[in-house]
Amino acid sequence: MTDKLYPIEVEVNGVARSAMVPARVSLVDWLREELLLTGTHVGCEHGICGACSVMLDGEPVRSCLMFAWQADGHRVTTVEGLARPDGSLSILQDSFCDSHALQCGYCTPGMLIAAQGLLYTNPRPTDLQIREAIAGNLCRCTGYQQIVDAVRSAAARLAKEKGQR
Amino acid sequence: MIRPVSDRETDKTSGFRYIGKKRRTKEDPRFVAGRGRFVADVVLPGTKHVALVASPHASARILSINTDAALALPGVRYVLTGEEFCSQTDSLHIGVDAPKVTRYALAKDVVRYAGEWVAAVVADTRAIAEDAAELVEVEYETLAHVIDPEASLASGAHLVHSGHGTNVLFQRKFVWGPVDEAFAKADQRLAFRATWGRSSTVPIETFGVMAKWDSAAGLLDIWASIQMPKYPDQAARALRLPGNAVRVHFDVDVGGSYGLKRGIKHTVLVGYLALKLGVPVRLIEDRLENMRGGDMHGPDRFFDMQLAFDRDGTIRGMKIRAVDDVGAYAGRSPLQLGKPVGAICGPYQIAAIEYEPISVMTNKTPQEAVRGFGQSPTNFAIERAIDRIARHLGMDRIELRRKNLIRKDQFPYLIPSGSSYDSGDYHAVLDKALKAGDYSALVRARDQARSAGRLAGIGLSTCLEPSGGNAAFELLFNPKNETTTWMDSCLVRVDLSGSVTGVMGTSSSGQGHETLISTVIGEVLERDPETIRVVHADSLNALPSNSPVGSRMAIMLGGAAAGAARTIRNTLLAIAAHNFECSPEDLEYRDGNVSIEGAPSKMLTWDQLVEIAHRKIHKMPPGLEPGLQSQFVWGVPTGGGLPTADGRVQMYPCYAFEAHLVYVEIDPETGKPMVKKYVCGHDCGVMITPDIVHGMTYGGIAHGIGAALYEKFAYTEGGQLASGTFMDYLIPSAMEVPDIRIVDHCTPSPLTTFGQKGSGEAGYLGAPAAVANAINDALDPIGASIDTLPISHLALWEAIAAAPNRQD
Repeated sequence: MTDKLYPIEVEVNGVARSAMVPARVSLVDWLREELLLTGTHVGCEHGICGACSVMLDGEPVRSCLMFAWQADGHRVTTVEGLARPDGSLSILQDSFCDSHALQCGYCTPGMLIAAQGLLYTNPRPTDLQIREAIAGNLCRCTGYQQIVDAVRSAAARLAKEKGQR
Repeated sequence: MIRPVSDRETDKTSGFRYIGKKRRTKEDPRFVAGRGRFVADVVLPGTKHVALVASPHASARILSINTDAALALPGVRYVLTGEEFCSQTDSLHIGVDAPKVTRYALAKDVVRYAGEWVAAVVADTRAIAEDAAELVEVEYETLAHVIDPEASLASGAHLVHSGHGTNVLFQRKFVWGPVDEAFAKADQRLAFRATWGRSSTVPIETFGVMAKWDSAAGLLDIWASIQMPKYPDQAARALRLPGNAVRVHFDVDVGGSYGLKRGIKHTVLVGYLALKLGVPVRLIEDRLENMRGGDMHGPDRFFDMQLAFDRDGTIRGMKIRAVDDVGAYAGRSPLQLGKPVGAICGPYQIAAIEYEPISVMTNKTPQEAVRGFGQSPTNFAIERAIDRIARHLGMDRIELRRKNLIRKDQFPYLIPSGSSYDSGDYHAVLDKALKAGDYSALVRARDQARSAGRLAGIGLSTCLEPSGGNAAFELLFNPKNETTTWMDSCLVRVDLSGSVTGVMGTSSSGQGHETLISTVIGEVLERDPETIRVVHADSLNALPSNSPVGSRMAIMLGGAAAGAARTIRNTLLAIAAHNFECSPEDLEYRDGNVSIEGAPSKMLTWDQLVEIAHRKIHKMPPGLEPGLQSQFVWGVPTGGGLPTADGRVQMYPCYAFEAHLVYVEIDPETGKPMVKKYVCGHDCGVMITPDIVHGMTYGGIAHGIGAALYEKFAYTEGGQLASGTFMDYLIPSAMEVPDIRIVDHCTPSPLTTFGQKGSGEAGYLGAPAAVANAINDALDPIGASIDTLPISHLALWEAIAAAPNRQD
């Protein structure tokens, strides 16, 4: 182990952040412990459960499998960055509430990131595409049913909103 | 049997304002915003972090522990070993009468399973603690070990706890009803073994605990991801502190539990370190610590089943010998063989039952409470028996069930083991499930798939979810235990502004208790639940609770909240009666305002009544306390009884029913099963929040699919855990869990405030049985059968390859 620190510049939820980090600090530990963005959760630390999912330049990644320095020069969005600019819940977050797409809430931030990643690239997904998109995120509470309902409903609401604009 | 308190909201049965309605939960918004507060989010300045040194051996003597190199690492504060810890704390509570099977968080002298904690390193960061843990040198001398429960029962087996003299923790043969006669007189008999694999609930959040000792106040503060009855009391006892020196903060969100998160050993360890070092100390398990050394595996059980029945399908008697491997320490786990006594005949009219539970130790990770507390494995064994009887008789499985199911007109129904089932309409729920699943179309689909050379099967199960959680099995399995109440409580306060707050005395792990309490209070007080806040008191705020186990909170916490709210309503009526100089019977309560019946203009509003209660004692009736708050402690309905000499006792008060219908196809080349259709008929009485009930049922079914097909804590012959990660312990994803259809039915419980029953274990109690039955239906044409869970791809592939009627 070395105590050497490395400089990084990361845009986190729209805010430019500069920091000095040890080489071995994971992205999730840096987000949680240094930036106090505790919405991102640690579940397995080996890349399977998806609880630690964040967006890196708009795509879902596992923040437990990345070092903080690997985010240098990139854009990171955590669950705290999903809300609308005025701080109110996004349509996806609101749909999660409406469908009760969660119980304990521990996998929820990762689920939201996975679902948001899907909706960015596929605004009208089928149920199977929704299931595929969240298949890398484990949930023990919901059996996924109400999550699929929520994402389907969010897609419809987003399409309606887009049509109105 | 003690009569239940009369607690019905009798004037409410004709229609609810908030109960049963589609409403958003109170909890969801903070979680979707990333604003949950889990134990790992609790930050205290100066906190030190624990990492654990685990035994690499299943069974060994500890010869020496050298901590010098670990302590020399900068940032390391302390290394604790079992020698010190076991001398300064007391053994954890043991559920059965086995005083020599002591249990501590750290091993002393010997280790009894691979992964058992041997030393705890405390450092400035978790990373440094992990570095230092690798520098702790432990010298072991390996000993004999035993992994297989049958080998453990054999004479001459290695003794896991030599002082106990045997590996058996509990064994008793119960005979309820004329068993010998039933077996002598029945036309037909069959016997088989059903095996339930070692799996668990495996929440996505591991267990974590933080403790801080205030030496000036003499107070140990604890934050933990806990779901455990009598947790503060047990922590205080083991730490040799008075109960009021431990304050557990129940406002910590728990990231999933499903019965499991009972990290008492973690808590005593961290509590001791906080006391010793005088700084806040926390332990957040990593995934391997959780899976291997967190002591949170589930039942690991085989059933030797014998059935006696007639040619017409009448089941006369059943014998169950259930051997459960609890791992290396006792804890509460042997009692998971006790809970099924309360529904030992399932939903069927079986008048004679012999039950022999045997709890045995091996050199494996200890077992903890899992959703259903042992009921789901038992339901699986019973439901496999029903299908096997049908096959033996050449009788339709549905007809056999219909013939033996308890009828609607037979409730309350006393089962041979002493519990009375409160209510139900099993035939109606089964019919609803079959209709919703379009059973005849499903049969056609299966037969078409079969004629096209595919393996396809339909599975059914009809099971009970005992709910209300009074732990009468404690008494049955331990004569020294006389606990006959499992109360829960709620405090309702109306403040000077007229706002309502409900206070509960335990933590939540996804069950939506804030929604439950606000809905119930809103219903009784006729106030909008949106405006009602619910908070979690800490353990010194004196609200007795037995925590959300045993599918009990809708019944117990819901009943307590209703009771407290009713007292508030009666107080408001009394204040109004005093001021109008009339009797409360002449008054009408509506939306919190009280008026004279027939004279709506003669009214005292909610705000005016609250003002009187808080400020104007001269307008209060004599003898009434000022302020406006009420605490209600509710005992479990039907609770209070001790077991009879032959082991009959009323277990849980309420019995929810579920009927599962599953269609599976199996890829004959790979053995991969695909659950293609899933319907669950469900009757848990009145649902307080349907979205929550449905959510837990979906989740229970997904968990049950996992237990049936994927999840296993596998062990090597040498006693190493072979599935300590999510790459080998397989949790179903959204691709393995199908679209599920739930069909509701409502038979209100006569014992509860609103007619509600429990539902926290719903789905899980019948899914493994139904999936196993579907797989076996699919294998039937090729002459294969599997009665061991989980039915892995490999097990299926092997069974297909070896099948006598295999079609190539």
